[in-house]
Amino acid sequence: MKPRGWKELPIGGIIPEAGNAEEYETGSWRTYKPIFDQEKCIHCLLCWVFCPDSSIIVKDGKVVGIDYDHCKGCGICAHECPPKASAITMKLESECLAEEKGNK
Amino acid sequence: MGERLALSGNEAAAYAMKQINPDVVAAYPITPQTEMMHAFAQYVADGEVDTEMVNVESEHSAMSACIGSAASGARTMTATSANGFALMWEVVYIAASSRLPICMALVNRALSGPINIHCDHSDSMGGRDAGWIQLYCENAQEVYDLFALSPKIAEHPDVQLPVMVCYDGFIISHTVEMVDSLTDAQVQKFIGPYQPRINLLDYKNPFTFGPLDFHDYYFEHKRQQVESMEHAHKVIPQVFAEYEKLSIRKYSFFEGYQLEDAEIVLLVLGSTAGTAKVAVDELRSQGKKVGLLKLTVFRPFPVKELQEALSGRRAVAVLDRCASFGSFGGPVFSELRSALFGLSDAPLIRGYIYGLGGRDMGIALIRQAAEETLETAKKGQPTEEIGYLGVRE
Repeated sequence: MKPRGWKELPIGGIIPEAGNAEEYETGSWRTYKPIFDQEKCIHCLLCWVFCPDSSIIVKDGKVVGIDYDHCKGCGICAHECPPKASAITMKLESECLAEEKGNK
Repeated sequence: MGERLALSGNEAAAYAMKQINPDVVAAYPITPQTEMMHAFAQYVADGEVDTEMVNVESEHSAMSACIGSAASGARTMTATSANGFALMWEVVYIAASSRLPICMALVNRALSGPINIHCDHSDSMGGRDAGWIQLYCENAQEVYDLFALSPKIAEHPDVQLPVMVCYDGFIISHTVEMVDSLTDAQVQKFIGPYQPRINLLDYKNPFTFGPLDFHDYYFEHKRQQVESMEHAHKVIPQVFAEYEKLSIRKYSFFEGYQLEDAEIVLLVLGSTAGTAKVAVDELRSQGKKVGLLKLTVFRPFPVKELQEALSGRRAVAVLDRCASFGSFGGPVFSELRSALFGLSDAPLIRGYIYGLGGRDMGIALIRQAAEETLETAKKGQPTEEIGYLGVRE
């Protein structure tokens, strides 16, 4: 989106679209990436409870994946996942990117 | 038909506030504003207003509460002085940048330290870059009038800025004078019902208020604020003209007293203007062509109007009731000099600092400034000397 000039902005710094933070993809900020192993998951939903970016995807009461467009890689999900499950592990984003590139 | 009342400046402000009947007032006491809020609190207690009065724990909270209130569709007012204003400083900027039409009585008192509860303009002058409209009163009548009309300026759709109505602590705030008031109905009709531009309680139209800016948008938001003052410059005379129809009292960016043919002009804000009028009369009786320019609107600074009024004069003495340490002269002196710079028939300008911490400003000191300025005019040479009227060397 082309940056707007001062005459085009609403006054007072108001943002008139509700919830448009969703459009701001903070996934690019990651240094570490959470890798989710669905087979190990016990669906306790603790990762979903604690994720500060609402980036754990849950369907029908089960964790199905991670929203990598918004996940900032804080690692709280991996930390909260019960040790007996250990379904989420943190991996260096740079390594993940290198792997993806290698796979292409 | 309104009433003729004997009111102190504080009582006049409280009375105007009562007639405006704001939705919310959030305030904290500080001398010499305290009695204004006492008077208003009495109206609240007696059920004479519908105002939700919020007694907060500090001025920072007062302005924060005002912002929350004004952003939630409520007509909001408050009052403070000196260090109270200083304590709310960061939030004062937010009120203006959020474009909230909060109206505040600023009872001018010296900023500490040392602690001083008496009048000078260091408080409001200290906040002159905050983006608030600033009006200065000469007496209790002006306090009543300017405070009563302030919402009409603040809430104007082209303006949407907070307004502070400044009046001298103790000198105006505590001195009882004659005030001609409008009726409650007249004030209500003049300001009209509050039509908020934004309302956080309107859940059907949600929006984000007070967000973050990065380097890519902050400048544009500030440019909008600059523009808002240009709009205020157009709207203020319109509101004054409407008020004149109602009250017969006329206000403009400044009041001239014996100004028309004056060769030497004294430029003053606040209660000192009253004393200066007497000094001008005395000088005139001696055949000296001295006049007074009492500035009512300091923000936005009326550049064009001052250029017009002061071009062709021989000399102007600017009396600042505020020192700006490290600056060349006081704030009004600096801004006036800047406004007149480069004009082909600009007057010579002398700067004076006076009345700090409530130091009395009598007729003799004003005459001293006028005589020195007359000398400057005679010599035809500018001076860089800043005068300090009434300080012991």
